[in-house]
Amino acid sequence: MFRLIKDTLLSQAVTLWGVFRKLFVKADTVQYPDEQPYMFPRWRGRIILSRDPDGEERCVACNLCAVACPVDCIALQKAETEDGRWYPEFFRINFSRCIMCGFCEEACPTNAIQLTPDFEMAEYVRQDMVWEKEDLLIDGVGKYHDYNFYRVAGKQVAGKDKGEALNEAEPVDVRSLLP
Amino acid sequence: MPVQALSTMTDKAKVEISIDGVTYEVNAGSNLLQECLSLGLDLPYFCWHPCMGSVGACRQCAVKQYRDEEDSAGIMTMACMTPVQPGARISIEDQQAKAFRAGVIESLMISHPHDCPVCEEGGECHLQDMTLMSGHNYRRYDKKKVTHRNQYLGPFINHEMNRCITCYRCVRFYNEYAGGEDLSAQAAHHFTYFGRHREGTLESEFSGNLVEVCPTGVFTDKVFSENYTRKWDLQTAPSICAGCGVGCNIAPGERYGELRRVVNRYHSELNGYFICDRGRFGTGYVNDAERLKTPLDGADKELDAAAAQRQLCEIAGSDGGTIGIGSPRAGNEANFALRKLVGEENFHAGYSDAEHACMQLIAEAASDPRFHNPSIREIEQADAVLVLGEDVTNTAPRVALALRQSVHNKALELADGANIPRWQDAAVRELAQQERSPLSIFACGATRLDDVASDRVIDTPSALARNAFELAHRIDSDAPSGGGGVDALARIADQLLAARRPLIVAGASGGDIDLIKAAVNVAGALRKRRGNGGASPVDLCLLTAEVNSMGLHLMTRPENSLGAALRKLSSGEAANVIVLENDLYRRAPHAGVDAALAAAGQTAALDLLPNRTTAKADLVLPVTAFSEQQTSYVNYEGRAQLAYQVHRSHSAARPAWQWTGGFEHFRRALLDCADSIPAFAKLGDVLPDTSNLPNGIKVPRQSERYSGRTAMKANLNVHEPKQTQDPESALAFSMEGVPPRRDATILASSWAPQWNSNQSISKFQDEINGPLRQGHGGTLLLEKRSESGEYHPLPAKVDGAGLELLPALQIFGSEELSSRSEAIRARMTGAYVAISPADAQRHGLQQGQGVTLSGAGGVTATALTCIRTQMSAGAVALYVGDAEIDFHGLFHGLGARVELAPAEAPEGRGLGELIVSDLARGRDYV
Repeated sequence: MFRLIKDTLLSQAVTLWGVFRKLFVKADTVQYPDEQPYMFPRWRGRIILSRDPDGEERCVACNLCAVACPVDCIALQKAETEDGRWYPEFFRINFSRCIMCGFCEEACPTNAIQLTPDFEMAEYVRQDMVWEKEDLLIDGVGKYHDYNFYRVAGKQVAGKDKGEALNEAEPVDVRSLLP
Repeated sequence: MPVQALSTMTDKAKVEISIDGVTYEVNAGSNLLQECLSLGLDLPYFCWHPCMGSVGACRQCAVKQYRDEEDSAGIMTMACMTPVQPGARISIEDQQAKAFRAGVIESLMISHPHDCPVCEEGGECHLQDMTLMSGHNYRRYDKKKVTHRNQYLGPFINHEMNRCITCYRCVRFYNEYAGGEDLSAQAAHHFTYFGRHREGTLESEFSGNLVEVCPTGVFTDKVFSENYTRKWDLQTAPSICAGCGVGCNIAPGERYGELRRVVNRYHSELNGYFICDRGRFGTGYVNDAERLKTPLDGADKELDAAAAQRQLCEIAGSDGGTIGIGSPRAGNEANFALRKLVGEENFHAGYSDAEHACMQLIAEAASDPRFHNPSIREIEQADAVLVLGEDVTNTAPRVALALRQSVHNKALELADGANIPRWQDAAVRELAQQERSPLSIFACGATRLDDVASDRVIDTPSALARNAFELAHRIDSDAPSGGGGVDALARIADQLLAARRPLIVAGASGGDIDLIKAAVNVAGALRKRRGNGGASPVDLCLLTAEVNSMGLHLMTRPENSLGAALRKLSSGEAANVIVLENDLYRRAPHAGVDAALAAAGQTAALDLLPNRTTAKADLVLPVTAFSEQQTSYVNYEGRAQLAYQVHRSHSAARPAWQWTGGFEHFRRALLDCADSIPAFAKLGDVLPDTSNLPNGIKVPRQSERYSGRTAMKANLNVHEPKQTQDPESALAFSMEGVPPRRDATILASSWAPQWNSNQSISKFQDEINGPLRQGHGGTLLLEKRSESGEYHPLPAKVDGAGLELLPALQIFGSEELSSRSEAIRARMTGAYVAISPADAQRHGLQQGQGVTLSGAGGVTATALTCIRTQMSAGAVALYVGDAEIDFHGLFHGLGARVELAPAEAPEGRGLGELIVSDLARGRDYV
């Protein structure tokens, strides 16, 4: 008897109490899209390609994002400028396959590819979910303000000679025998 | 440590050693590192190379060695420098050894430039693998990194010296192994620099191997970099290099429908770990925009495939007879299908008549039980070599590299005598100093092997033949005498007779049949003098000119030469002609080809690039390139090998056997060929054993980490197409299937966990330098028949006015298809005439000036004068390259002579890229 009361009446009373209590609480429902929700900066949404603080493309077409991608939805091709900078000749993400896992961002050695808090990517035509470099590349640094890969890496590019990267000494004179 | 007598590497005795408490059986006389790797254990290393032995430079392979069971302290020792001793107890996993190795790699990495993302080596980098394996993560050193200036090293190789870890592998390969002279270690201590004395093209024909030898990204493939793809993204299949008659195994890689690069594919008998630069950089023509894409009629109007096929059948079946001209650069199936279409009696060889005659002799010698046709591995074992006329470095470069190793056998012999293990590379070289096994060269000028030659006989072609005949006579007096002879002959004869394993090398590329006869005589004489007591056959290496010269020869009747075909056409004996993958203007006198094509009713040409023959054809059918089709080739030894399809052709091009033979499937074409022609009876053996691939499961062409599968073609259509099916082979255009490191019998690109670089090959070898576990080494087709024992008679002396003409061949430019690749074109020279200073002076010619050659029948050609100090007086060598010179009109046979006269220099390339040791320089020549 006691068990019957506990299982039915008490349970219903508790539920009713819960509903009653919510009458005095502000509603959670957001009037999207009139009201935009607050998106956390590290939310994994629309993928962008960023630029370094000097305004150059950060992506060096190393292919690590593509190989990290579990659904293989990134394809790109390396090209090289006259002065030795690598960049993607094309960079394509098939968002109809993307699962927003963020592995590409984790794999990226230059902080070029970043996931942003934007999730509004629905399309009527699936073909429009295929984004090229022109669609992905933004004009800012994204979440990482300071990093410039070529200032750290030893590769010589325009404006940064050998020996001018982080922690680098002047190039060696091979004809010198001084210690 | 007790010092014991060390046995040699050839000694295959097994001893037991204990590694981390487990007892293994290993080869006595070897070193610990090699044996650990043979056992499949992971022990990091840098400076050791399976083909170049140990020098103990990098200290990365440190292990603990214990005296006995009681010893728990042990001593640290370098595995690569420690001989295997029976009962040895070592530990790889010992904490101290691990810490030591981590320390070593940390110091090697102190100045490494943090540029893996922009390094072509990334993803297949031995340094990355070893760093990870040793557990080094962060740079703790807070001082500055040493940096270096890079050098321009020519169109093939990129230089990024900052990445160097000073393992010395590059100079050991380039200088000691390949005989290059323009790469060296410079500066001192931690400033050591590997480069040229000044910027410029790396001269060695094997410079491309630096890319694979360098454990990191100091030397990278410049051609690949322009069209770069990571290793894991390349669709790869086992293939055969189509650059010359050696048939090196290669692994071409494709991405986005383009052939991206070629790397060496290990073959224990043939190319081992190295290929030449023609093979590595000479495949750009596959991606050429000029490739024939659709069938064309005589007015260059596009035809659809069915109409084209119908027209071809009409040509083949029309009255008056149709001639088929085969091709030494097409596979067996393509040639066979054409032969089947036109009938055996109408199928003609597609190489020049001079080469045709040479091929008869070469095949005859190959079936003679007195001789053995050596593989590259066997060539390396020769301890006395005679090269007759063949410019091996330019016609079969990989053989030249092997000949260079053969002279090292003297050093190995001395090392055996001094109880130094053969793998102690630096010690062996130090011991031998300049002592080398004899290598004698008969040539008309300097060759690229001169620096290791013991004797050189330089003369005109006819005089060389007489000398070579005389040499055979000196060895066995029954052989016909050539009369006279230079002083060196006695010495060369003694060296060959004294050798344990002598080797005679000649070849068909120069079209010099007399020297091939002489080679057969010398080898026959040697065999006779050594023959008593069941001695093994004498090594006689007769090189064929192109990838399938031997296969074409085996299909062609002896009387069906190209000249005979052209005569039949001009005389009206045959009405039509079908030309398979061949530019007849490169093979025969232009007048003869013009007459034949003009007389022919209908001409059909199957080719991949437009050329002078396709321009005159009434029907042009596009065919697939070597990487777009599956086919088999027969190399100089008579070894049939299967080249798999790497990628699809995206045009209307088809394999030639589909156009001409109407075969549905490759397998049908190959087996039909094997059944129809007795010489090809064993061809079916080249097909892989697929018994371990159940239920149609295949071997993937793509790696497990192939990326971009759902995005590569998404720009065309977001709905992914079905994966291309491959009904033709055991391979799939997919990343799914049985990966090679499991059970598959096919290995394209080697990869093993923790071993992303090409060094992972050790995981697939039986033992280091042994055959591949997965490998299919090809099938030797030629059977030994009864020996003739007859000597060839001395050829009659041909006299005449003018200078004796012979072809000059260049690694970059003399092969038809590779010479249409951009990278190779960057290294090509203009057509030139190599001439001695005396002859040049007599004709009033100066270095780099134009010169007109005129031969019999009023044929003339204009080329650049190339005065070479070592060139034999009385002879001139004409290099044609891609110039439209009627070479066979001038060189109508051996003993052809030409007159020279100064002329305007032809437009185009100069001699700037010519790499020879004896180019005359200075005021006298300009």
